[in-house]
Formats: sequence, C-alpha cells, structure tokens
Amino acid sequence: MFAAQIVQGVTVGVAALIAIMGAFGVVGLRNPVHNALSLVATLFGVAVLYVAQGAYFLAAIQVIVYAGAIVVLFLFVIMLLGVDKVQSLAKERSSATLLLGGALGAGFAVMALVAALAGTGWDGAITGEQSVTGVLDSTNDLNQLGEALFTKYVFAFEITSLLLTIAVVGAVVLSRKPKGDPIDLDEFPPIVSDTEPEPAEVES
Amino acid sequence: MISPSFFLAVGAVLFGIGAAGLLIRRNPLVMFMCIELMLNAVNLTFVAFANKLNDVGGQVVVFFVLVVAAAEVVVGLGIIVAIMRRRPGADADDLSLMKG
Repeated sequence: MFAAQIVQGVTVGVAALIAIMGAFGVVGLRNPVHNALSLVATLFGVAVLYVAQGAYFLAAIQVIVYAGAIVVLFLFVIMLLGVDKVQSLAKERSSATLLLGGALGAGFAVMALVAALAGTGWDGAITGEQSVTGVLDSTNDLNQLGEALFTKYVFAFEITSLLLTIAVVGAVVLSRKPKGDPIDLDEFPPIVSDTEPEPAEVES
Repeated sequence: MISPSFFLAVGAVLFGIGAAGLLIRRNPLVMFMCIELMLNAVNLTFVAFANKLNDVGGQVVVFFVLVVAAAEVVVGLGIIVAIMRRRPGADADDLSLMKG
C-alpha cells in the first residue's frame, strides 16, 4: 500500500515536470515545429495528471483530440506555410519586453495560484460546496459524464453542435483562395527588413 | 493520495507560462499554442476541483472546453493561413492596419 503511494507520487511528479518543461519548450524554442512537439509533451503530461485524478475518459480524449488532431493541424499549417525555416528566428523581442512579459506571466501564475488555493483553505481541504449531482465514482467516470451530459447539460451539448457547424463553415470560407486582384502593396506596406538594428542592445 | 493543491499549483504554473508566451512571442502560430497551453491549465484546475468536490460538473466543463478549443483552432488557423497567403512572413506586430 505504501509502495503504491510512492509509485503514484513519483508518476505524478514526473508527469508534472514533463508538462512544465514542455510548456517552457512551447514558449522558448525558436523553431515552430519544436514548439508544436513540446506542446505534445505538455498535453501528455496533463493527460497523466487527469488519470491520477480518476478522469480516465478525459485523459483519453485529451490524447486523441489534442495530441492527435489539434497538434497535427498545427504541424500541417506550419508545413503548409513554410514558417519553419527562417522567419521567426531573426526577429525576437528586446530584453526589456522579455522581462516585462516574464514578470506579467509570473504575476498571472501567482494570481491563479492564490485564487485556486483560496478555495482549498491552503491545505488541500476544499471548503466549497460538495457535490449535489451525486458522488463521483472514479471507476465509472464515463457513465457519469455521459449521464450528466445528456440530462443536466443537454442544452449546452446541443449548442455545441451548432458551434461546430459554424466553425466548419468559417474554416471553409476563410481558406478559399481570395478572388480578384492581388493585394495593393501601397495600401499594405511590405514588412520591414530583418536587419533593422536592435535599439535596446546598442548602448554598452 | 496526492493533495489537490499540487494539481492546482501545476495548473497555475502552466497558465503563467502560457500567458508569458502569449505576451512575448510574435509568431501567430506560437501564440496560438500558448493559448492552448492556458486552456489546458484551466482544464487541469477544473478536473482537480471536480475530483475533490466529488462533482461530475467539472469534468463536463472540461469536455465543453475541449470542443470549443477544437473549433477555435480550426477557425484561428484558417485566419492565419489567409493572412500568410496575402503577406508571407507576417507576424503579430505587422498586423496593425486596424490601429487608428
């Protein structure tokens, strides 16, 4: 029993580490293909954390839909546009912007942590209202999820189908080749050259 | 049994990294990936509370977030493809035509 707890703790710790390292990879790596593959690592780590909390169906959906479909879509667009070559490498933010962005991100993290832990009474004991829809049984999460989805949340579920239809129509409309003349470059000036000097780095 | 606070902390860290990435990166595709990261962090928080509060509602919300994220990615990537087709190599700072 004690060994099982150690194994669970180690598994969850490693999964959380993989998720956070993957997140750093998404933000930090320069090549968009590497970003997408780091995103896969994060998604798998989060899926393992779902399993550790008894949400088996959501873990499966996470792997199939996110890692299997959404990331493949990302990679497909990266290859289609050919942005994996040079573009995003040359231009980077100045160090001041990096610092500001990092500080704002850390602030967001602290805020989210405080907001979440305020509901747990800071020691893991959740102080909120307990279940009114029935006790969650981790051996049977799919049945419970399906039952809730088709009874209490059935209206939201139906609206979801409308949303997906709209998304499909929107994607088809957006990805058609534009008719008419190519774009006027006087109205849309060309992108500034990458060799522009970096103002923040000059003084030394 | 692992404390739910651990999962909430991991979720908060992932959300912070995603938010920072959204602010500092300029490639629209990478910005989109950072949004996915933030959505995942929120999903993790929902699952942690659903598990601890013994309420399946949190998992239902995660299911809906997954659906909305899929729709969002489809439309967003369509927009990015449309922009890149007109102006190859555009990044977030170049798309300033609507700035007054």
